[in-house]
Amino acid sequence: MLSALDREFAPLQTALDLRAQRQQLLAANIANADTPGYKAVDLDFAAAYRAALAGQPPAALPLKTEQPRHLPGTTAQPTDGFVGYQAGNAARLDGNTVDMNREQAAFQKNSIQYEADLTFLTGKIKTLTSAITGN
Amino acid sequence: MSLFTALDVANSGLNAQSTRLNVVASNLANANSAVSSNGQPYRAREVVFAAQPLGGAAAGVDGVTVAGVVEKPGPLKLVYDPGNPLANKDGYVAYPNVNPVDEMVNMISASRAYQADVNVMNTTKNLLLKTLTLGQ
Repeated sequence: MLSALDREFAPLQTALDLRAQRQQLLAANIANADTPGYKAVDLDFAAAYRAALAGQPPAALPLKTEQPRHLPGTTAQPTDGFVGYQAGNAARLDGNTVDMNREQAAFQKNSIQYEADLTFLTGKIKTLTSAITGN
Repeated sequence: MSLFTALDVANSGLNAQSTRLNVVASNLANANSAVSSNGQPYRAREVVFAAQPLGGAAAGVDGVTVAGVVEKPGPLKLVYDPGNPLANKDGYVAYPNVNPVDEMVNMISASRAYQADVNVMNTTKNLLLKTLTLGQ
């Protein structure tokens, strides 16, 4: 059960979390722009966001346990199941599929969207603060 | 904190690209070294990159590492110079198979990739700093 404050902040908190995860993936693509055989990855943000807001548990593969005392493993991330290889990119002769222009653009776009989420969250916090303090 | 991993990824890219720049510099400096440290003519070298998963990062987030430095195959340049003490019995001296055009292209590519990684670091740093001032 979420408190009213949590409900207020949850959508933006989830968005920030996923944007930060996507930032990592795009950074990995840019760092691996010259790695032979590397396949560019990306996050399906819309699907991951919908699933996280709907409260669906991440579709992580559980560890196989043979004893009742074995731990199931709690490595699930909100992005599990939504990270995939980019389709449709032209592969270079060395098998690399990173399109540097696309990656740079996506990286900048993702940064701006992260900043936008931060701005919205700040606005919400300010609104609540003014409601609490009454001035 | 997941944004810090983006910094780690960019850092691995910076390391790999600077190794590549070092190898290019070595190739260009030794373009006329008829003898290298092993007694044979110097051969042009090339780095091989490999993606490497980072500890603690989510699946799909790979850094980059230098898997090795290989010598380029290909014929050495034979120059007719019978007076040279290194000349073979036909009077030819073997010079390295360094192609300056290849090396310059490689250098520009490495420096652009390095700049892209620096850009990733700067942007991520700004985002982290903005996150610290959240709510103010």
